[in-house]
Amino acid sequence: MAHPKEVRQEHQLISYGTYIMVWLALLMLTGLTVTAAGLNLKSFAIIAVIFIAGFKSVLVLNYFMHLKYESALFRNMVFMAVFTLVIIIGLTFTDISFR
Amino acid sequence: MNQAAELTVGRHYDPIGARLGMWLFLFTELLLFGGMFLLYAIYLHRYPQEFHYGSSQLNQFVGAMNTIILLTSSLSMVLAVASLQRHKRNLAILFLTVTFFLGAAFLVNKYFEWGHKISHGIYPGSPELMQQPKGEILFYGLYYTMTGLHGLHVVVGMVIMLFLIYFLIKKSDKVLNLTPHHLQNLIGKKLLLSDEKGQTIWKSERIVREMQGLEVVVKGVVSEEQMRFNEVKLENSGLYWHLVDIIWIFLFPLFYLISM
Repeated sequence: MAHPKEVRQEHQLISYGTYIMVWLALLMLTGLTVTAAGLNLKSFAIIAVIFIAGFKSVLVLNYFMHLKYESALFRNMVFMAVFTLVIIIGLTFTDISFR
Repeated sequence: MNQAAELTVGRHYDPIGARLGMWLFLFTELLLFGGMFLLYAIYLHRYPQEFHYGSSQLNQFVGAMNTIILLTSSLSMVLAVASLQRHKRNLAILFLTVTFFLGAAFLVNKYFEWGHKISHGIYPGSPELMQQPKGEILFYGLYYTMTGLHGLHVVVGMVIMLFLIYFLIKKSDKVLNLTPHHLQNLIGKKLLLSDEKGQTIWKSERIVREMQGLEVVVKGVVSEEQMRFNEVKLENSGLYWHLVDIIWIFLFPLFYLISM
């Protein structure tokens, strides 16, 4: 069994301030989403809001879920999962649109 | 005593493995909601007018409020994890409690939002809704299913938080085990317990038989081991809660903001 002290160190401590900054960024992006949706961008609006939501998710994944500080194994796994989902949604949607 | 502490045989402790398992579970959640997002995308494509109209009937202000509440709850959750990593148990309990009540506030909003819609006769299978165009029926069907399933995840998250608060508050007896190896040739001797000045505070009977084990029980402490396991539990619950947050990050614009 690994010594407790060594194990503790495997996770570096992230300051409270970093988390608060990320939270503020998330709030601002929420404001941006609402604004973007109100700009009468027509069909572009849906792409804009999804893009912003994607960016917010990356912030949550990297900082709140510590993915940025995890090993490559974790990042690759998450990438593969999201990639699979994008393929499933993307291909099906293309099929529907151009049928 | 120190020697004894090192001898305690711990449970299997593998925080990386635990997180890996949690992520795998989160992938199944991703696929569960992913399927619904796919359904949403297809029906939005097929019935754009009805979806835009349906979206305009939802309360954007409540949706935005809930987004802020959930984002803030994610912050307090991650702060709870950060506090426990710094061994600030009470602060972690405080942040967890805040997260719990933010989750509750989200559900209260959802209750009023759904209640308002239901009182207007709009719920899955209602006579009122069935008279509407097909796209609108689908919009509300997806709205109730997706926000409902999401709300269920919030409820589950809150139950998990209650357990976590219990685990963090709980103090357990610390048991130190001495193995026979250290207890050899004690026949005819006595065990003494002395304080820091060397004063004997307790003395055992003379040992007459071969000892098989010695257990020292320290009452009501939060052991180092318990702290470490709580950290793993809290961190994994945090991962779950953040995923629930991410799902809402997508649900909010897709349901509340496509009207304009």
